[in-house]
This record gives sequence, structure tokens and C-alpha cells, in this order.
Amino acid sequence: MTYTFRFGPVLEAYRDLLAGAWLTIQLSAGAMLLGLVVAIIGAWIKTSGPKPLRIIINAYIEIIRNTPFLVQIFFIFFGLPALGLRLSPNAAALLAMVVNVGAYATEIIRAGIESIHKGQVEAGLALGLKPLQVFRYIVLKPALRTVYPALTSQFILLMLTSSVVSAISADDLTSMANNIQSLTFTSFEVYLVVTLMYLVMSMAFSGLFSAIYRMTFSYPDRR
Amino acid sequence: MLRQFGTNEFLFILTAARWTVLLSLIAFAGGTVGGLIVALSRVSAIKALSLTAGGFIQVFQGTPLLMQLFLVFFGANTLGLDINPWIAAAVALTLNASAFLGEIWRGCIQAVPKGQWEAANALGLHYPSMMRYIILPQAFKIALPPTVGFLVQLIKATSLAAIIGFTELTRAGQIINNATFKPFLVFGTVAAIYFALCWPLSHLSTRLERRFAAAHAR
Repeated sequence: MTYTFRFGPVLEAYRDLLAGAWLTIQLSAGAMLLGLVVAIIGAWIKTSGPKPLRIIINAYIEIIRNTPFLVQIFFIFFGLPALGLRLSPNAAALLAMVVNVGAYATEIIRAGIESIHKGQVEAGLALGLKPLQVFRYIVLKPALRTVYPALTSQFILLMLTSSVVSAISADDLTSMANNIQSLTFTSFEVYLVVTLMYLVMSMAFSGLFSAIYRMTFSYPDRR
Repeated sequence: MLRQFGTNEFLFILTAARWTVLLSLIAFAGGTVGGLIVALSRVSAIKALSLTAGGFIQVFQGTPLLMQLFLVFFGANTLGLDINPWIAAAVALTLNASAFLGEIWRGCIQAVPKGQWEAANALGLHYPSMMRYIILPQAFKIALPPTVGFLVQLIKATSLAAIIGFTELTRAGQIINNATFKPFLVFGTVAAIYFALCWPLSHLSTRLERRFAAAHAR
């Protein structure tokens, strides 16, 4: 074993790596926000929506949660153009990530909503609030607070899973690494550096999420 | 001329599913052994052991599985080992499963009520026999639903082996899609096969969880 490590070419390409990391962050943050919207709507439908919609949401959740992300990306990136909808790799990646995280987050938020005491909802209705107002002002925030840890670890998992979008050549961090390694033949070194970058990014997201928790949900628990 | 998507193409994809199943089983078997070691190290009173296991979990849960796959695949080459994608995928998935199962099982071991630990101590059981006869059997019951749930995650994770060129279910789909260019049909079929593998397990996991919750309801 006479392998000499060459980190030089990797470090020279730091601009590309940073650009890739930035796109990974943008894709992940965008998918988290949009996925949260999908999940809140989905969870509302699942807990109190009309029956036909509930069946559709259930099917969506089961299909997404029981198939691999890679297959979902291929389906969106190669399948949608057959319907006449041509997406750039980055747009397809974002769409796939939103669709994917939306299903997982719907289930998580549904669990949070179901943990809200029925008396709270009844009290809201008795005060004359409309069902949607009860949901918005009484149910949603404590529900999100209860499931916050599960939700944010799902979001971090999404950021890590986003490396898979390199399979359709989006411009994310992993794709940049693929480009650099094919130009410089320093595959192990590139992927080692990029792995560390992902580790730092997951820690940064985790720190950001606990800061958001302290700002948003740090009121005392009254039960 | 494009090939049509016929019975042969379908059978090619279907038979490739056995590699997905086999890879999942190997990673799960390896992950069971590794996960048990990680979980026991994590709850151990020896600080160095517990910290090492904690670091292992942090690294494997904080980095993408795809990177772990690449590092094993290309790392073995730097060590001068000739490795094929099949072995690289099995090794990387085993390590990854060890970290995730280790963390799941750590929680389950610690969920065994404290009185059980104290009673075992009071009876004068040594640490290994306490674990073997008192703690682990009870932790096993708690661990069953999330472990089955993780198996679903593992089956889906094997699809990443396609990226390093191992011909399992997803790669077979890619190959057929390149020849027939029927992405809806091909990846729909691939997704349906994954669904057929994963959905019963997901269902089982939920049912076990409900039964466990009912048994422990106060």
C-alpha cells in the first residue's frame, strides 16, 4: 500500500465545493419550508378533512414512505418530461425533495395534532371559533412544539439525503465532488472532505433548529 | 430502434430485486451484530467505550449514506484492496445500519425501568448475566417495532448501491429505461416492487407498535 494522499487539487477547487454546499443548503432550506407547508395542509386533511381527500393523502404518504428517494427522483426527472413538463435538474431535485419530505412530515405533524387534548378543541369551538381558526390558533403551535425534535431530525435527514440528487446531475455538493474527482482522480480525498462538509452542515442545521426552538417555543409548559 | 417494455424487461427488473433483498438481509444481519455492540458500548459505564460509540453514531448519522458508500468504495482502493461494488455496498450499509440500530437499541435498553436494573443488582447478578437475562429480553420487546421500521429504511437505502454500479433493483430499472425510454412504466414498476417489499413491513411495524402501546397503557 503505497498510496499518497493528494489533498492539493481538492483544496484548489474550494470555490466549486462552496458553491455546491450553498446549493445543497438552498435546496434543503427550500424543501424544508415548502415541505412544512405541504405537511401542515396534509396533516389538517388527515385529521379533519373530507374523506376522499384523506384517502388521497394516505395513498401519497404510503407510496412515498415505502419507495426509495432515488426512484422518486428518477420518476420525476425522467418521467415528467414524458408528460411534457421538462424540469432542470435543480428544479426536479427541489420538487422531489418537497414531495419526499412532505410525506414524512405529514405523518409527524399528524401525530402532534392527535396529541392535543380534545378539550382544547372543544373549548375553542365553544368560544365561537371556526374549525380552521381552532386549528390555526389552538392546535397547530402546541402540536408543532410537541413534534419539533422528530420534525427537525427529519429535516436534517433530508439535507443528508439530498446528496442523492447528484444522480441527476443537479449542482449540489455531491455533484461538485463528482466533477472534481473525475478531473483530478483524487476520489477518496474529495469525498472525505465533502463528507466532513456534510457533517458540519448537519451540525449547523441542528444548532439553527435549537435556536429557532428557543425563540419560538420556549414558553413554560402548563399541564 | 428502441426496445419495447415487454415480459423480458419486466422479468429482468423483477429478478434484480433478489439482489436488493439479499443486500438488505446482509446489511441487516451485519447491522444486528454491529448495532448490539454499539448499543452495549453506548450504555457501558466505561467512559472511553461509550464516547467512542457516541462518536461513531454521530459520524454515521451526520453524514450522507451516499458519501459513506463512496468512502468505502474508493477508500478500499487507496488501501490497495480490489473491491467490487457489491462488497462495498454491503460494508457501507452494514456500518450505517450498525450506527442507526445502535442508537435505536440504546434508547430501548435505557427504557427498561430502573427498578429492573436495581433488582438485578440486588440479586447479585454480574453485568453480563444482568444484560443477558434481565435487560436485553425486555429491551427486545420495546425494540421490535422501531427495528422493523428501520428494516424498511434499509431496503430503500440499498437503492444507493445503484450509484456505484451494483445492479440491484434501481440500477436494473435505469438499464431498462435507457433501452426502452419508458420512464413512467419502468420506474413505476421499480417503485411498485419496492412498495411490495416495504409496505408489509411498515404495516407490521405500526401494528406491533400499537399492540405494544396497548399492552403498556395505564
